[in-house]
Amino acid sequence: MPSAAKGFEFEQPMLDIETQLGEIEAAANPSEEQQELARQLRRRWTDTTREIYSKLTPWQVVQVSRHKDRPYTRDYLNLAFDEFIELHGDKFFGDDRALLTGFAKLGRQKVMVVGHQKGRTFKERAACHFGCAHPEGYRKAMAKMKLAEKYGIPIICFIDTPGAYPGIGAEERGQAQVIAESMFLMSQLKTPIICIVIGEGGSGGALGIGVGDRIAMLQYAYYSVISPEGCAGILWKSHQHAPKAADVLRFTSEHLPQLGVVDDVIEEPLGGAHRDHHQMAARLKNYLAKTLEQLVKTDPETLLERRYDKFRKMGSYLEQLEDGTVSQHGYTFSV
Amino acid sequence: MAIVDTPKRTNPNTEETKRRGIPEGLWIRCPGCGNSIYRKELEKNLNVCPKCRYHNYVSARERISQLLDEGTFEAYDEHVLPTDPLRFSDKKSYAERLSAEQARTGLTDAALCGLGMIRARRVAIAVTDSAFIMGSMGSVVGERLTRLIERATEQSLPLIIVSGSGGGARMHEGILSLMQMAKVSAALARYHTAGGLYISVLTNPTMGGVAASFASLGDLVFAEPKALIGFAGPRTIKATIKIELPEGFQTSEFLLEHGYIDRIVERFRLKTEIAAAIDYCGKR
Ligand SMILES: [Zn+2]
Repeated sequence: MPSAAKGFEFEQPMLDIETQLGEIEAAANPSEEQQELARQLRRRWTDTTREIYSKLTPWQVVQVSRHKDRPYTRDYLNLAFDEFIELHGDKFFGDDRALLTGFAKLGRQKVMVVGHQKGRTFKERAACHFGCAHPEGYRKAMAKMKLAEKYGIPIICFIDTPGAYPGIGAEERGQAQVIAESMFLMSQLKTPIICIVIGEGGSGGALGIGVGDRIAMLQYAYYSVISPEGCAGILWKSHQHAPKAADVLRFTSEHLPQLGVVDDVIEEPLGGAHRDHHQMAARLKNYLAKTLEQLVKTDPETLLERRYDKFRKMGSYLEQLEDGTVSQHGYTFSV
Repeated sequence: MAIVDTPKRTNPNTEETKRRGIPEGLWIRCPGCGNSIYRKELEKNLNVCPKCRYHNYVSARERISQLLDEGTFEAYDEHVLPTDPLRFSDKKSYAERLSAEQARTGLTDAALCGLGMIRARRVAIAVTDSAFIMGSMGSVVGERLTRLIERATEQSLPLIIVSGSGGGARMHEGILSLMQMAKVSAALARYHTAGGLYISVLTNPTMGGVAASFASLGDLVFAEPKALIGFAGPRTIKATIKIELPEGFQTSEFLLEHGYIDRIVERFRLKTEIAAAIDYCGKR
């Protein structure tokens, strides 16, 4: 049984079982009785984990999505793809490590991968700005996506960012401009695009590589207009109310398909993707292969038409018709 | 769903529009220079301070009347109305907030869209009003803008969007607000492909998801002087990098210097300059 190095508070019952199991497993010559106990504990761990993870609160989902061992773009490139040739630089300002781009092969299918990278070690995290991309990152992404379009290579975007970087340089180099341009561009690229939120889908920084033919998310990812901390800061004047903000924003894989924003949810291994990178990568690969097969068969014009309609439909509003009746467009949660 | 257009002529100078905008009182303290300015004088001057040229807030209706030829504005999609898809609630519910903002501003949501004439040139125009939930974009703003852009595409009309939004994407509608950025940008991409001319006018403030979508996508981007324009809010940036922000950071002048806007245009020149740009880029 895989175990997290250090669990979350809400995982305490799981961690307690892990501790007990660890003690038995540490014994040099476990007795028949001990072995039986270990089997029971493993079953209990599975049941407990299933129980806990079946009712995570939105804030707990955010914590899982930010787990330091959660698989990142680079991990999926290693585990789910057969080749990756990184392509650097925006040929304008620099090479943003927060957005990883390059050719990759998924079986025999050539693809262009564009993904946020948070960094595993402290050094890498600092270099990646914890997955917060600068304008040069989006410019790099746009350049590589245009290249992919030119040769009819499908694009796969892995979204995993707390948000686009908020800084002086980022503003000076047009953070708002590049995110707008990127959506504008992606809405018209004549090649299939699959976007998957693998961890954090933080606002404009996420959407900057988030316009595609299929939008998917992992089970414990979230995708939000604002970070729960940011929302709490505005509404309740303190980041400490982030759990409350998470409750009202409806940004988990339970809500987003209902709102018509996410097409598919990819199930995570028991206890979250961070507990089993291989299984998560296998599921992701399976999803990508299946989805690409459908998309590459669609002619580019139809693809663009459908991509437009997909985003065109998003939103919830009322429409008062001429005869005075009111029609509801889009999904609305009941109270 | 049937789409019914019920164009309504609105008179921008009704009592209703005067309820909001500049604070009540005969005298107004200018945020730019601190001088007390006689209200009538300020209004006569398009709400620009006669002493320091500070560009004060103007409501969407007032903006329309400043830019369009008198009596030519036909509002569209006013019957597209906001709802509360998430059942969002903080101190008060979003539904209550909407009603309160509607009563306070006389607007049904933050964008006023329609067709009209600028010096006899027919245009599609939208204005976001920074007074309505900080001019933020939710489903209604996104839908109204998209319909306007599609209308401009069909009718080959120049498009003008005057942005004023401190709020960006409206958090009360969650992810749906974020997706409006993509929806409107996609509509602009089609409009662009069809050869349409889009003039984006940035006013104080234009931030967040509005700056990071339609406001930045103009063929021409104009800005009023000294407007706050940017992606991340100055407070967020300060909290992240923990150093003082440079003087004039995220102003129109800052953006001009860094190459992101074509022209800084004073309010009283705006109509003339838009008309001139249409003539340069118009269909021959
Ligand atoms: Zn003044």
